[in-house]
Amino acid sequence: MSEAPAAPRTASADPHPAPGIDLLLRPPRPRAGWRLLPARVIAMCAVELQKLRHDRTELYTRAVQPALWLLIFGQTFTRIKAIPTGGIPYVDYLAPGIIAQSAMFIAIFYGIQIIWERDAGILNKLLVTPTPRSALITGKAFAAGVKSLIQAVVVILIAALLGVVLTWNPLKLLGVAAIVVLGSAFFSCLSMSIAGIVLNRDRLMGFGQAITMPLFFGSNALYPVSVMPGWLQAVSKVNPLSYQVDALRGLLLGTHAHVGLDFAVLLVAAALGITAASSLLGRLAR
Amino acid sequence: MTRNADTGQAGAVTCTGLAYAFGETNAVDGLELSVAEGEVFGLLGPNGAGKTTAIRCITTLLPVPAGMVQVFGHDAAKDRMAVRRLLGYVPQQLSADAGLTGRENVALFARVFDVPRGERAERVGQALAAVGLTDAADRLTGTYSGGMVRRLELAQALVSAPRLLILDEPTIGLDPIARTGVWDHINAVRAATGMTVLVTTHYMDEADQYCDRVALMHRGRIRALGTPDELREGLGERRRAEGAAATDPLPTLEDVFRDVAGSGLDDQAGGFRDVRSTRRTAHRVG
Ligand SMILES: Nc1ncnc2c1ncn2[C@@H]1O[C@H](COP(=O)(O)OP(=O)(O)OP(=O)(O)O)[C@@H](O)[C@H]1O
Ligand SMILES: [Mg+2]
Repeated sequence: MSEAPAAPRTASADPHPAPGIDLLLRPPRPRAGWRLLPARVIAMCAVELQKLRHDRTELYTRAVQPALWLLIFGQTFTRIKAIPTGGIPYVDYLAPGIIAQSAMFIAIFYGIQIIWERDAGILNKLLVTPTPRSALITGKAFAAGVKSLIQAVVVILIAALLGVVLTWNPLKLLGVAAIVVLGSAFFSCLSMSIAGIVLNRDRLMGFGQAITMPLFFGSNALYPVSVMPGWLQAVSKVNPLSYQVDALRGLLLGTHAHVGLDFAVLLVAAALGITAASSLLGRLAR
Repeated sequence: MTRNADTGQAGAVTCTGLAYAFGETNAVDGLELSVAEGEVFGLLGPNGAGKTTAIRCITTLLPVPAGMVQVFGHDAAKDRMAVRRLLGYVPQQLSADAGLTGRENVALFARVFDVPRGERAERVGQALAAVGLTDAADRLTGTYSGGMVRRLELAQALVSAPRLLILDEPTIGLDPIARTGVWDHINAVRAATGMTVLVTTHYMDEADQYCDRVALMHRGRIRALGTPDELREGLGERRRAEGAAATDPLPTLEDVFRDVAGSGLDDQAGGFRDVRSTRRTAHRVG
């Protein structure tokens, strides 16, 4: 009846006297509303960079495919001159397309990763922290962006080695970075949204395979929109990858491009992606 | 005997008619629970009783209607962020990001709980020290043993100085020494901070030794509640009333468990899904 629940029954026999524990007695002060989102984004990006630092194999293995595309496909088509590039060597024309492609492949993997984190119990623990779902997704989206950015640097270096003439204008490179991050944010959210719908890894792998190639071939990454059949042109028009490639070409090669429009489209796409993925995230937690 | 009327005001956790169903399965079915501030409260019950589901409702992982769950007076439906800031949560499943070191795993939780940068390293260090992981802190957690992962998870939960620590089978799959280790660390921190602990376990000896009060849950509801002594004496009295000799040994907590769990309440509990999910847990852990 008269229990005294507050009395620590067993703690008195404490074999480990608290070793400097003062900070663990004080809860941290919550960050003000508007500073929460950037703080969570930084936290997620930090985790991504830490993981990359411990294990760089992914960085190297992921460099193989773009290198092959540029080396084999790019060099060959440069020689046969089958694709109208507006006067520049085909390998130059191709390089921005391959940057966008390899960034997309990385981003698409985030849906699989979030399902893996759900299965491993990591996601549940994060969802019990003061992190709104939209902040968690935004954090993941930017983490995808950071990882893609590193990949983009690798591809740009490979391209430069192959003699592709790219801009070294820092402002334009900054624009390139922003475009890569926005594109990756969109594609990672697309994939995390699908994860929230299909809920299981095998199904998501199927979807991932099924959408990446159409997104790639249904874009201007390999050939200009003008040589596509009408129906493919329509696909390309609604494909964010096309806008990403267009902007990258404009910025890196100085070809004619609609960089402003591309930015706007990618911004809207990323915002929509974040909204969709955030609202579907709850399904993964159940 | 049962409700802690003597503690009066808003306790640490109050569940009023908490119900949650997965499709046809009423996992939690009218749960009445109140955990007083500062106590160690044990939630016991057979596989599939609904312990994890109840905990996932309390931690805001599962959506519940307003009015059903209160954590230190904050409604888990309306005031999620406030509830999460007060919680430290260690899920049933062993989970740490294997691609990060122990220190990085804890630092992530310091970040998402808004620990200011200047204080972060020291706070993380204290949390790791409090669970005896200082020496292993800079190893990748992929190399940790089960007991170490559990203690790391404890550090992740403690780094934000929670007022309520929720542990879902914290010692599942651990050897007896690792089990004692986990409990020693919990109790050491508790002695210093006075935090409330809500814990589930299948080990009756742990419940007996470490819990101020225990509730026996079965088929989504609480069937017995009290201090371990009260529960044992209650069953002994009933047995004597039913004709057992007064010299019979006092029932153990396990007898109480068998009495509640096997009380013919059901014949479907422990169905296929339960066995499967338990096996899955066993697989992950071991
Ligand atoms: N995600 C889910 N989808 C469908 N049914 C579920 C889900 N999670 C739990 N259940 C069902 O809800 C019931 C309660 O499960 P819960 O995991 O809460 O039990 P528990 O008391 O934690 O059991 P254990 O001791 O095995 O951990 C079980 O019948 C289980 O099959
Ligand atoms: Mg459980």
